[in-house]
Amino acid sequence: MSHAVEVRDLRKAYGSTIALDGVDLDVPAGSVIGLLGPNGAGKTTLVRILTTLLRPDAGHARILGLDVATQAGQLRPLIGLAGQSASVDELLTARENLRMVGRLYHLSSRVAERRADALITRFELDEAADRPVKGFSGGMRRRLDLAASLVNEPPVLFLDEPTTGLDPRSRLTLWAAIEDLVEEGTTLLLTTQYLEEADHLADRIVVIDRGQVIAQGTGDALKERVGGQVVDVRVADLAAVEHARSVLSALTHEPPASEGAVLSLATDDGVATLVRAAQKLEAAEIEVTDLAVRRPSLDEVFLTLTAHDDEEPAR
Amino acid sequence: MTATREAAPQALTRDQSVLTRLRWTASDAAVVTGRNLRHFVRQPQLLLFSTVQPVMFVLLFAFVFDGAIDVPTDDYLQYLLPGIFVQSVAFRAGQTAVGLAEDLDRGVIDRFRTLPMARSAVLAGRTFADLIRNLSIVVLMAGVGLLIGFRFEAGPAMALAAILVVSVFGYALSWVFAYVGLRAKGAEAAQSAGFVVMFPLVFASSVFVPISSMPPWLATFAGASPITHAADAARALSLGTGPALAPTLLSLASTAAVLAVFVPLSVRAYRRAR
Repeated sequence: MSHAVEVRDLRKAYGSTIALDGVDLDVPAGSVIGLLGPNGAGKTTLVRILTTLLRPDAGHARILGLDVATQAGQLRPLIGLAGQSASVDELLTARENLRMVGRLYHLSSRVAERRADALITRFELDEAADRPVKGFSGGMRRRLDLAASLVNEPPVLFLDEPTTGLDPRSRLTLWAAIEDLVEEGTTLLLTTQYLEEADHLADRIVVIDRGQVIAQGTGDALKERVGGQVVDVRVADLAAVEHARSVLSALTHEPPASEGAVLSLATDDGVATLVRAAQKLEAAEIEVTDLAVRRPSLDEVFLTLTAHDDEEPAR
Repeated sequence: MTATREAAPQALTRDQSVLTRLRWTASDAAVVTGRNLRHFVRQPQLLLFSTVQPVMFVLLFAFVFDGAIDVPTDDYLQYLLPGIFVQSVAFRAGQTAVGLAEDLDRGVIDRFRTLPMARSAVLAGRTFADLIRNLSIVVLMAGVGLLIGFRFEAGPAMALAAILVVSVFGYALSWVFAYVGLRAKGAEAAQSAGFVVMFPLVFASSVFVPISSMPPWLATFAGASPITHAADAARALSLGTGPALAPTLLSLASTAAVLAVFVPLSVRAYRRAR
């Protein structure tokens, strides 16, 4: 089987709100797909349908050849879900949580116990293993959550915004754990609001907005479509914004966008653009309070991608 | 002949798979029950107050209303205690709703629903754990009652029967509140809904006062209430002052009626919940 996950024209509405508006998606076995989109894009709805928590209104989805709506019972032992949608039990200890999940996967109590112990060690939860989850930090909780989704060693794993709300260090730890899984051959579909996360973990990024897939490709391909970097220029005097815009417009293809006193220049070479912008501004005697190079934000990715789609309606 | 021979092994496998499924359903329900029982122990404050509250009710009502209420028994405590058993399981039933609503809010139910476990096990495990808790609270109250002078006049076997009738009734109420918990928006809503529903129903019954002392319209209502049936049965079994069989059967019948309505409703609500 070439595709572990196969989604065709999937639709779901809550009353008059359309959550999924005809989604097609293929996830090759053993690959990692990053589902990128803002809040309300339909990411969680898609994950909930794929993990048998919701029934689609129309279209179909197959995982390992099993239909998520009609063969849910056969499918459940083969999938794992972690992240925002599923949660661990606050009042149980980490070990008790993992054992309980193991028992509910119908493992014998000895196997469930062994599996729990192994996962605790693997996710570095040994010290806290016998304390109630209530007192866990956000990062520990997410690691336990991920561990719980792996109890049955599922070939297909869904992670719904696995690092939302985590501090950078916990995020890196979790990323490392996810990378290990991928190396072992698990097929992974993860949703995220962070381009960086999708870029770091996924082989292919699928951008979803308003219930539709609006773009897909490798992280590099998507970034090229957006323009590699952005130079932000903050001018000291709000009245000087237009002057600055005309001075800087020669540096990039597109005229600089502005919001308040900040002008943003999309460019392929951030540092060179920054240096030239500084020179031009100085020559024009425009006072600048801040000058920085950054990656395009998710907003800019979306703006560019949707604008691009409008230009090429035949697709 | 050939056809039957071919069909036989198939039927056998199907029977085995039904048996296996039953076994796993029981095992899943036991796992969830164990988890919920752990919850009681892990919340010492809740455990303390949910234990103190019924004891407080016993003491308050026994001493405050003693002599103020005309009851068919010699002293009010004898009348009161079997009623308080019922009041206590009725008030506690709201906890079933709270527990389920919390599990829904926190995403625990979603994790359960992605597992290959029996769909019915979450509700079965929840209500069964609540039954065990109800049973222990009623036993505790009986102990407190004995300390302050209550006597099971009909003997220990009937006393046990009284406690079982009350617990089974509490089990049925747990299913009512399982439905409330699955339909309510959040744990707090579930809790207030439970209180608003149970409080008047418990007072409009024979739990604290004989229904003969109520105005006719209220007495009619109270007479039809499963809460009255349970209290009357517990009283008859505890005190042995009259025939116990008829009130016991009536209570078991109305308990069964509550279950017959709310088990399917709750199971359907669980399938559809969020």
